[in-house]
Amino acid sequence: MAEKLIPTPSQTVGPFFHMALERPQWSDLTRDGPAGERIVITGRVLDGDGMPVGDACLELWQANAAGRYAHPDDTRQDRPLDPHFRGFGRVSTDAEGRFRFVTIRPGPVPGRGNALQAPHIAVAIFARGLLRQLVTRIYFADEPTNETDPVLSAIADPALRQTLLAQRVNDADPPTYHFDIVLQGKGETVFFEV
Amino acid sequence: MTTAVRRFAPTIPGTQPPYLYPDYGSTVKRAPQRPPFRLEQTLTEVTGPVFTDGWAGPEAADLTRGHGGPPLGERIIVAGRVLDEDARPVPGTLVELWQCNAAGRYRHPVDQHDAPLDPNFDGVGQVITNARGEYRFLTIKPGAYPWRNGPNSWRPAHIHFSVFGPAFATRLVTQMYFPGDPLLALDAIFQSVPDSAARERLIAAYAPEFGRPEWALGYRFDIVLRGRAATPLEPQ
Repeated sequence: MAEKLIPTPSQTVGPFFHMALERPQWSDLTRDGPAGERIVITGRVLDGDGMPVGDACLELWQANAAGRYAHPDDTRQDRPLDPHFRGFGRVSTDAEGRFRFVTIRPGPVPGRGNALQAPHIAVAIFARGLLRQLVTRIYFADEPTNETDPVLSAIADPALRQTLLAQRVNDADPPTYHFDIVLQGKGETVFFEV
Repeated sequence: MTTAVRRFAPTIPGTQPPYLYPDYGSTVKRAPQRPPFRLEQTLTEVTGPVFTDGWAGPEAADLTRGHGGPPLGERIIVAGRVLDEDARPVPGTLVELWQCNAAGRYRHPVDQHDAPLDPNFDGVGQVITNARGEYRFLTIKPGAYPWRNGPNSWRPAHIHFSVFGPAFATRLVTQMYFPGDPLLALDAIFQSVPDSAARERLIAAYAPEFGRPEWALGYRFDIVLRGRAATPLEPQ
């Protein structure tokens, strides 16, 4: 067996990433007019003192409304691709630690044993003070199939599960969901090792 | 229809920095207290955004252009390959980079370090790796700059790199350092990586073959992303 190469370590994104990574149009995943239910997701990123993290960069990855990923490894022909939806977003927090992005509600995708996962958005969080990105998922509190989602079910403590659920806060068109990300301490969000 | 999921190999202990590293002061309030939950990779983690060629023009890889004149500082060519741990090239992946100027000043409102801005330099570039996983940037060597981690802390000269790779699970943000920099031994961010061989991966190699005589020094910086898991393909 060939010798494996040592992987490149992560380093912090630092406080100046906006000059290269900030692309305001990437906070709107619906900018090309994809199919599906348009939703707004807002939230705040907070640190261990409950203070706003005003220099975080969030990246989002999700399937389209039919539950298909725009990637060659998702070969499921029964779920159509949407040429108007890439599924990737990027947004940075403001001075109050707030973020906002617009997307379409993702369809369910299969998990282990081909059981469907509940609709979710994969999130990566980069910031000064994070040597490596944090990974979490946004689920939707009003989604009945959360009950059988393998990732949520593996979290025994309901209070911890709750940190992964975006709450619908209005019935506007498009409706807004709220999802805070608490990096440390009271109400700390569940993060994952992938 | 079952879908085989090509999973990525687990992270090798010691090759990634921890979240909490008190010598890097900002981690103290930002590192989670709870250890992460293990997440078995699904289609979500083994897929990721695809950026097709032509998204960033060729000028985007030349950070010395686009202004009234040439920037101040040492012209350098930084080139290398994006690979995975199995030495397979990663073609068609987006690499974004950013850096301060030769005086150690970022063109960013938050940077108020007492060093001059260069009207001929922004310090932002992007490129998509070619079919062999290769990339190449022309820029100027960034200066060291002070930061408030300790009473006399200076970041070693570095270039920030952001790489996507094939999947959400391969996403990497890192920093490239320069060989022989005395500040590396004192830098909390660089030293946070436990394994010394992994730390070495962050340091570019002086590479005269990438330079141009009488014009620019060359540096090689290969970026190694996660490789695939050893177990054979299995249906989900």
